[in-house]
Amino acid sequence: MDILTEIAILVLAAFVGFEVISKVPNTLHTPLMSGTNAIHGIVLLGGLLVVGEAGGETLNEVLATIAIAFGTINIVGGFLVTDRMLEMFKKRPDPKAASAQRDAQEGS
Amino acid sequence: MAHLPLAASWYQDQDFIRGLYIIAFALFILGLRMLSHPRTARRGNQVAAVGMAIAVVATLLDERIGNWGLIVLGIAVGTAIGIPAARSVKMTAMPQMVALFNGVGGGAVALIAWAEFRHAGGDLPLDSIIPNVFAAIVGSVSFWGSNIAFAKLQELISGRPIMLPGQRLVNAVLLLGTLAVGCALMAGSESEALFILLLVLAAVFGNMVVLPIGGADMPVVISLLNAFTGLSAAAAGIALDNIALIVAGMLVGASGSILTNLMAKAMNRSIPAIVAGGFGGGPSGGAGPAGAEDRSVRSTSPEDVAIQLAYASKVVVVPGYGMAVAQAQHAVRDLAAELERRGVEVLYAIHPVAGRMPGHMNVLLAEADVPYEQLKEMDDINPEFPTTDVSLVIGANDVTNPAAREQRDSPIYGMPILDVDKSQSVIVLKRSMNPGFAGIENELYYEEKTSMLFGDAKGSVESVLAELKQL
Repeated sequence: MDILTEIAILVLAAFVGFEVISKVPNTLHTPLMSGTNAIHGIVLLGGLLVVGEAGGETLNEVLATIAIAFGTINIVGGFLVTDRMLEMFKKRPDPKAASAQRDAQEGS
Repeated sequence: MAHLPLAASWYQDQDFIRGLYIIAFALFILGLRMLSHPRTARRGNQVAAVGMAIAVVATLLDERIGNWGLIVLGIAVGTAIGIPAARSVKMTAMPQMVALFNGVGGGAVALIAWAEFRHAGGDLPLDSIIPNVFAAIVGSVSFWGSNIAFAKLQELISGRPIMLPGQRLVNAVLLLGTLAVGCALMAGSESEALFILLLVLAAVFGNMVVLPIGGADMPVVISLLNAFTGLSAAAAGIALDNIALIVAGMLVGASGSILTNLMAKAMNRSIPAIVAGGFGGGPSGGAGPAGAEDRSVRSTSPEDVAIQLAYASKVVVVPGYGMAVAQAQHAVRDLAAELERRGVEVLYAIHPVAGRMPGHMNVLLAEADVPYEQLKEMDDINPEFPTTDVSLVIGANDVTNPAAREQRDSPIYGMPILDVDKSQSVIVLKRSMNPGFAGIENELYYEEKTSMLFGDAKGSVESVLAELKQL
């Protein structure tokens, strides 16, 4: 891909990123931060590609392997921690039944 | 595992892999969108995780992937550290855990940039070296900055602002030095020593920038570093010609900066003031001498109050003169009715001198047809506060001021109060930060679990109710 195409994609992604987060209630700030944090764990892909190029050069292999481990921690830890935070938003049984009933009544 | 260059299967085709990348980042966008609404947040996180799994699998299909042993080793080590850490961390320690995960992400970016530089023998084309240097700087700053943030929140080092003499100047010199080295590398220097110097300078800068920031501002700083890591990932994507990295990194960079802004606003702080750390001399608009202590109140929004109330199991309403002035008792009754319909237990805490006459609150609430059993006198309700999820203080001030219990020099010391500060969280509906009848500051408003909803009591309650009905 040529550099201008990449920059075009970059700019568009920036606008999507700005737009996708418009109004977030305070309660969700930390989980959302944690969720976006997990997404930049995508750097793992960079590590995977670089380790293949390392070509037996020890330091390159070490750097790339640490990068893979770091990226993996970022991803699995990030998504798991976010999930644990959001568990708190699970409705308790009682109101759940009530709201399910309401939803059914309203047909939504 | 040796690959066969000529007999590449369809699934190793670059277009197929890119197609999977497109699915992956569509899922990221969808996931982020769902994450910003309480009802869909958890599923949003899962959607994003599926996107990530697709992106990783797609990359592993790439013909250029080799060194499987090291890949398995790296992923195994990362999983072995990441999962137990995320499982065992306490809810209260979440922010520092996020800081740590963010830090390793930044660290990975910096390491990848370094390995890429070494692989090319320092001789990278301009459209690779520029993003590569950027990724190295920002990744390194993010790694070290996040580690300091973690250490502060974990209380490994003091959470108070740590200032060194002339730190501002030192920071400026560090930043300029980092940029100068970066420019030299972009201008064509192939020296690896210079690249390492770049990483080290950026590392020291990352440490120095976060050290002077106070503990209360840390979540905002972590969010800022999170956005930075996203940007550095996008830069690494350009250097590596990887579209998934570009899009996902930039998404995080952009949404992370919006989020940082929202968080700073919610705390009544500005991002420059936070990054400048101890220099600002207290937040602007602070109330007189108290500003010197750098105290800030947390203001909240009706929709946020609605969420907190909806997920509570016990809510205690603490009415005061403000409710009477605003004639908000009918709105309060409606709000309580809606909460009860959702299975939330609602009680009213009536302080004997709340309002301007004895029994003022009872009269008003009776007028609004609030069931009498729900009105609790002070001595009956005080033992209930520790098991209360949310105390909703509506225009009451002095009767909730913990100074009456704790501060011997306070004019209201010794007055019995409602122990609102013992509940899990407190929401205060108030017109402004003006002190109440007795003219004294209320410590309650500065507590971490307290959030303020400013405005006319009736209007505020009505908008909370409107938000609640939408949940």
